[in-house]
Amino acid sequence: MLELDQLEMDFGGFRAVNGCTFRVEENSTTGLIGPNGAGKTTLFNLIAGALTPTSGAIRFLGEDVTGLASHQLFHKGLVRTFQIPHEFHKLTALENLMMVPPSQPGENLFANWVAWSRVRSTERDVESKAYETLEFLELTHVAHERAGNLSGGQKKLLELGRTMMTDARLVLLDEPAAGVNRTLLRKLETKIEILNKERGYTFVLIEHDMEMIEKLCDPVVCMAEGKVLIEGDFQTVRSDPQVLEAYLGETTGDAA
Amino acid sequence: MEFVGLVNYALFMAIFICIYALLALGLNIQWGFAGLFNAGIAGFFAVGAYTSAIISTAPADGRIGGFDLHFVIGWIGAMLAAGLVAWPIGKICLRFRSDYLAIATIGIAEIIRLVIKSEPVLTNGARGISNIPRPAGDLGYMESQIAYLIIVLAVLIVAYVVVERQFNAPWGRMMRAIRDDEDAARAMGKNVEFRRLEAFIFGAALMGLGGAMFAHFNRSITPEAIDPMVATFLIWIMLILGGSGNNRGAILGAAVVWIIWSVSEIATDRLPHEYAVQAKYLRLFLIGLMLQLVLRFRPEGLLPEPLRGDQRSTKSGADRH
Repeated sequence: MLELDQLEMDFGGFRAVNGCTFRVEENSTTGLIGPNGAGKTTLFNLIAGALTPTSGAIRFLGEDVTGLASHQLFHKGLVRTFQIPHEFHKLTALENLMMVPPSQPGENLFANWVAWSRVRSTERDVESKAYETLEFLELTHVAHERAGNLSGGQKKLLELGRTMMTDARLVLLDEPAAGVNRTLLRKLETKIEILNKERGYTFVLIEHDMEMIEKLCDPVVCMAEGKVLIEGDFQTVRSDPQVLEAYLGETTGDAA
Repeated sequence: MEFVGLVNYALFMAIFICIYALLALGLNIQWGFAGLFNAGIAGFFAVGAYTSAIISTAPADGRIGGFDLHFVIGWIGAMLAAGLVAWPIGKICLRFRSDYLAIATIGIAEIIRLVIKSEPVLTNGARGISNIPRPAGDLGYMESQIAYLIIVLAVLIVAYVVVERQFNAPWGRMMRAIRDDEDAARAMGKNVEFRRLEAFIFGAALMGLGGAMFAHFNRSITPEAIDPMVATFLIWIMLILGGSGNNRGAILGAAVVWIIWSVSEIATDRLPHEYAVQAKYLRLFLIGLMLQLVLRFRPEGLLPEPLRGDQRSTKSGADRH
């Protein structure tokens, strides 16, 4: 579904991603782990079109998408979340979800005047879908709260909710568990599992919480210094001496 | 006599408030809803004022036009011209981050002012264009003021309804989302550059209309009228004081600031003669002080941005900050 071929990204003299090659299979949940500064988030930014790679190629659904902008990739079914929640803070939680569906007729500057009934009926559909999503995420009680007032964990859920408002094929989750308490975390895992099994979403997730990786991800890809160190199932990756060295050689313990 | 004078003064003030409220609404589209720091309002104001003047004045020697057309055509032309000028400017400048956009737009407004001042063929140069017909201008003095007030008030109400409805619609939701977090909006498939350009042009068109209404009211327009102090920064203060992101706030801000601004002129006129030179700066100081106080004690403005969207089930968020 997604293929990365010799991807490289330079920031000035610093090479954040250094010849990264791997592929993501349809309907899998791939875990991306690695010490801080391994280039995981940079890799996400490359895949999602927030950055353009210095060299290398990205193929999505068999098509070369290298250098396409984020909003173009979104329309091809590639959706991402952010490590630090990027909620639309002055919009309500409900509006945060309602803004997502692509090509809404009401997004046309003039449609609100010339095709009001069509705008209205789409709005009703979008709204009920947003309410369903909030219910699924158990966020209904904060539907009309400004998203900026939600807790960190609720914002993470809301970001996951945004990915559910469109027909996503591939969802990139950047540290969905960071800053989320244990109870909510288990809930989040369940949601991801349901989306993967029932809706057929393909996930790639960056995570430092190994329990979550173990529970959800197969395969697991471990990165260090901008390269793929090893790829395989959780047990193989965890017991690999290179992985242990990469983690212990860098800052240990504190997930950023 | 005293009473008639007061009424006249009130009418005059109300007309200016309506014109400024329209400019503040235009800025609210750009800043309050799309997060675009346009510090060149005066430029679009000028384009609108001159376009309408050229379209609606009688033919004159030595410059383009006038075309002697109805003022309504002039006003529509003003909106189109301001939008048309905004298009290439937006295309180039909207890629900048907000502080650079502010600098670029100040510069562009200044360029527009200088072009107007030094192109007699287009604008009659420093002498400006006079004899601009005022709608209902052939009535008696006060009747004409009242008629003009009704016209500008009607325009303001229509503009308010259009802008308000636009921002409750999906288009407005998308614009507010782009303002709150452009990276996330991009990741959610929104074409940020294009949408910003739309909001920029939309706002500029209202500013152009404001300029045209100003020119027709004064029956003339000169390059001096395009002073960034009164045609850009005063409007910024109106919006910030009134509450950016809130259309009613923009109108309220225009009223409050214009009343203070214009009453302060009366106050400074009564100062002893030796202070006359300082008077102008005292007024500027007063406006600056007001802005400081608002930013310190009520940064969200008199009327903060309301919660939008469907509110049918709860209202819990309405009074929290």
